[in-house]
Amino acid sequence: MAIINISNLVYTYPGASKPSIDGLSLTVEKGEFVLITGPSGCGKTSLCRTFNGLIPHFYHGELSGQIIVAEQDIISKQTFDMAKHVGLVFQNPENQLFALSVEKDVAFGLENLGMNREEMRKRVDWALNLADIYNLRERSPHEVSGGQQQRVAIAAVLAMQPEIIVLDEPTSFLDPLSAERIFEVIYKLNQEQGITVILVEHRLDLTAKYANHLVVMDKGKICFEGNPRNLLCNEEISHIGVGIPKATLLYKKLKTAGFNVNQQTPLSSDELADQLLKALKT
Amino acid sequence: MITIDNVHYSYASNIEALKGVSLTINDGDFIAIMGQNGAGKTTFIKHFNGLLKPTSGTVHVNGIETTKTSVATLAKNVGFVFQNPDNQLFSETVEDEIAFALKNFKYDKKTIEEQVTWALDFFSLTQYRKTSPFLLSGGERKRVALASVLAWNPDALVLDEPTIGQDHEQKEKLRQFIIQLHAKKKTVIMVTHDVEFVAECNPRVILMRDGKIIADGIAKNILTNPTLLEESSIVLPQIAQIFTKLYPLGLPTDIIDITEAETILLAANAKKQEQLT
Repeated sequence: MAIINISNLVYTYPGASKPSIDGLSLTVEKGEFVLITGPSGCGKTSLCRTFNGLIPHFYHGELSGQIIVAEQDIISKQTFDMAKHVGLVFQNPENQLFALSVEKDVAFGLENLGMNREEMRKRVDWALNLADIYNLRERSPHEVSGGQQQRVAIAAVLAMQPEIIVLDEPTSFLDPLSAERIFEVIYKLNQEQGITVILVEHRLDLTAKYANHLVVMDKGKICFEGNPRNLLCNEEISHIGVGIPKATLLYKKLKTAGFNVNQQTPLSSDELADQLLKALKT
Repeated sequence: MITIDNVHYSYASNIEALKGVSLTINDGDFIAIMGQNGAGKTTFIKHFNGLLKPTSGTVHVNGIETTKTSVATLAKNVGFVFQNPDNQLFSETVEDEIAFALKNFKYDKKTIEEQVTWALDFFSLTQYRKTSPFLLSGGERKRVALASVLAWNPDALVLDEPTIGQDHEQKEKLRQFIIQLHAKKKTVIMVTHDVEFVAECNPRVILMRDGKIIADGIAKNILTNPTLLEESSIVLPQIAQIFTKLYPLGLPTDIIDITEAETILLAANAKKQEQLT
């Protein structure tokens, strides 16, 4: 079942001379883990803003086409109507945090849903623990580091348990191990609770292995779309500035040089190491 | 040259962010400072141009103690590009943003024009010359911040997370540029979590943890040490991960470069094929 259906979307920000999204159609099935990548300025963030109606309701501008998310027509719904369906984590966490304490920031969305106190307490603690910031719950979100702020923003969205989580480079300020932990948490939510995940990332090294639907954008359009294993061995994809994971690159180099590796394109170092161990074992 | 001697730094809230750090950065050094969130990396580099002054200990920039001069004076020598471009950008157009410091340093009109044009071109920002930086994407704003500092050509550059939000092509350009600066004997210091970028740049790596320096050495040694990296919440670069797993084959494990990896694996394969026949 499609949970997102965008057709022929064209969107121009107020005052901009050309559209940021320029004739884009996308279908996302419920439960998919979608990875969106592409050169900076290609429209990834703008696309994310349409999923809960920030575009066009907050940013205004000119829009044509259709956006259906969780059976709601975005254009006729308000952003707050979408909050329980779609959770958004932005690139820059400072833009998203405002409460006096980390805990209050995480609870804010739940308060707005009118959830009872006990249930709210449970949810907030659950989300704080998942994001590994329980010990920061009484600190001001503006006093903690950039990476920690990113976790607060993620916890606030996790607490809402939305059907769709949209994350726009959610771990860019985090150290690699913390980033990996966050991706693991998101992947687990996707696998175990069937939450649809849309992740915007340049660093496919860290993320390609989680995705089952890769979308490559350029100049406001989708130029490649499909299973990451098939797409990442496509030559053309490297020409539009997509950073192919090192393990995948090395695999391609070895294959080209006549090394008899497995037919399955590896997406992580573990996958390639296993193939190489088998091939080189004496 | 930047000399840091036994620096401690505490924020007003009494949190000790630096707990006795000493380091000598020579002219022309290329350094990556890595470590987990909250290790004190940003606090540390803010001492390099006097934005922060040590609670105890000393920092000398080209022989001048940072407590005895102004940030404005130090800035001409040590250019700083922050983690979050939004903390740095304020002008109405990209062009004004890049020209701002040049004007402050009282360069003549012609030099300003040349430097601005060069920086716009280098960072693929020419088309946004008259655009407000706030209408640009996150990655583009980061480039404006970089361009605005590189335009005045400081002797030392401090880059806090320069690759955040940058696509593959921009990262490659940044890498080329850093290599060019390095070749011109400029000092480049970057704080980054991007292990793949560090593996490609191959600088001297300094690991920080809990307000202290815990390791200092060449990238190839530090980035292939799983115990050290895990303590710093850093994962091994993918190539190093692969060679760590290939340990049973008796291949070297200190590999971070993809070309070197290819050579070793092809040789191992040839050897195996030979044994088979």
